[in-house]
Amino acid sequence: MIRDVEILVIGGGPAGLCAAQAAASLGAQVLICERDYLPGGQLVKQTHKFFGSERQYAGTRGFQIGQKLIADIAGNPRVELLTEATVLGIYEDGIVTVLYQQQHLKIRPQKIIISVGASEKFLAFPGNDLPGVYGAGAVQTLMNVAGVKPAQRVVMVGAGNIGLIVSYQLLQAGVDVACVVEAAPRIGGYLVHASKLRRAGVPILTGHTVKEAYGSDCLEGVTICRLDESWQQIPGTEQEIPCDTLCLAVGLAPLSQLCWQAGCKMAYIRELSGHVPLVSENLETTVPGIYAAGDTSGIEEASSAMVEGRLAGYAAAAALGYQPQEAEEQCRMARQELVELRSGPAGEKIRAGLAKMSKWREEQATC
Amino acid sequence: MRMEQHPILQFQRGEKVTFTYNGQEVEGYTTETIAAALHAAGIRKLGTSPELHRPRGLFCAIGNCSSCFMTVNGEPNVRVCVTRVEAGMVVEEQHGRGKVLVDQSASTERREPV
Repeated sequence: MIRDVEILVIGGGPAGLCAAQAAASLGAQVLICERDYLPGGQLVKQTHKFFGSERQYAGTRGFQIGQKLIADIAGNPRVELLTEATVLGIYEDGIVTVLYQQQHLKIRPQKIIISVGASEKFLAFPGNDLPGVYGAGAVQTLMNVAGVKPAQRVVMVGAGNIGLIVSYQLLQAGVDVACVVEAAPRIGGYLVHASKLRRAGVPILTGHTVKEAYGSDCLEGVTICRLDESWQQIPGTEQEIPCDTLCLAVGLAPLSQLCWQAGCKMAYIRELSGHVPLVSENLETTVPGIYAAGDTSGIEEASSAMVEGRLAGYAAAAALGYQPQEAEEQCRMARQELVELRSGPAGEKIRAGLAKMSKWREEQATC
Repeated sequence: MRMEQHPILQFQRGEKVTFTYNGQEVEGYTTETIAAALHAAGIRKLGTSPELHRPRGLFCAIGNCSSCFMTVNGEPNVRVCVTRVEAGMVVEEQHGRGKVLVDQSASTERREPV
C-alpha cells in the first residue's frame, strides 16, 4: 500500500524539526522519518549554550533547544513523527521507501525535505581502527545520552568547536583530558571555548598530529609529534601519551547519498565540507520539489540548520499553495537571519562556499 | 561506568534488565543501546575485522559507520550503537561476515517479468 503525504521530512534533527514546524504552521501536513529512536539529532547531546540572537535560542543549552523543538511538534496535529524509520531510497516515480518496524513502507510525498545531517570524518594513521579510537560525537552520545563515562583519559584531535566543546564536556563528566592536538598552526574554534579548557589546565597543542595509536585489544596510548609549515611530521619530536580513548574531531562531511540517489545536481564545495546538492535561495535542489536543509547541504552550526529548516519548510508549504504571501514573508525573514548568522569573521568560509553554490546553480539554470 | 551525578544533565534510566555478552551476564537499561551498556561494563572490543581479524569497537555511535557490528539473538551485522537493550538478549562478538538468516517460508524463486 502506498501512503500519500504532503511533505516528507527526512531526518528529525534541528533542521528537520524546524522544517516540519514551519510547514505545519502554514497548514501543510507533514510526516517526519527519523532513523534514531530519539528525535532531535545531535542537539539533544549538546550541553553548551548557543550563540546568535534570540530567534536562534541564544543563551539556551543545545539539549534544551532540542527538547523545545520536540515538544513543539509533539503538540502539532499536522505533524507525524516516525522514529526508528530509515529512509532507504527515493525513486524516479516519486516513491520513497522506508524501513520501519521490520516493514517496508512506500510513501508518495508531494514535497521532500532532506535534512539528514552529516557524518564524522576520519584520519589516517597506524592503529586508527583500535577500539577506543572514537569520533567526538560518539563520545558525546555515550556520556550525554546514556550517561556512561566514556573514558578514563582522552587525547582529543582537533581544536575546532566540536573538539573544544566535547573536551570540556569530558571534563564535566569527570574524564581526564590529556591534551588537544591540532594540526593547524592556530586554534580553529571560538576563543571562548578554548579559554574554558585552558583555564582548566588542558594543553592545546597546535602544529601537532597523531603519528600512531597503539594497544593490543584496545587503545593503550598514542604517539603525537610536531608538524612543520608544510604539514610534514618532524622526526625526533615524538611524545608518547598513555590514554584509553582517542577522540577524533576532524570535521564533518554532508550525508548527501539520498540527494545523489534522487538525481540532484551535486558539486564538491570544499568550504561546505564535501559534496552538496546545488540549491536555490529557498533551498530547493535541481530536482523540483526536493529541498535540502541543514548539514546535508553544507556543514554549518545547528543555529543555521534550524533557520534553514524553517526556510525549506515555509518554501515547501508555499509551493503546495499554503498561505503563499505569508510564506514568502517568512522565507524572506529566514534568509535575512541566515545572512546575519553568517556575517561575522566565523562565517567567511561559509560565505565563500555559498558564493560558489549560487554561481554554479545559475550556470546550471542557464545551460 | 555509569555517571550518577552530572553538573548539567540528569539521566533518567528505564528498567534495569540483564542480557548476555559472550555468555557472560551484563546489566543494562532498556533506555540505552547495547553499545552503551557494554561500554558501561568496561567492554569496548565488540568483534574482529573480517579479513585481518583486528579488534573492532564502535566509532560513530549513531548508526553511520558499521564498525560496531555484533551478532544479536543469532542475527549478524547488528549495529549495536543504535539497538536498544532488551531483557535476555544474546549478544556475541562477531568474527567474520556472519551468515544472514534466510526466511525459509519466503519464496526464493525468481519471478519472470509480467
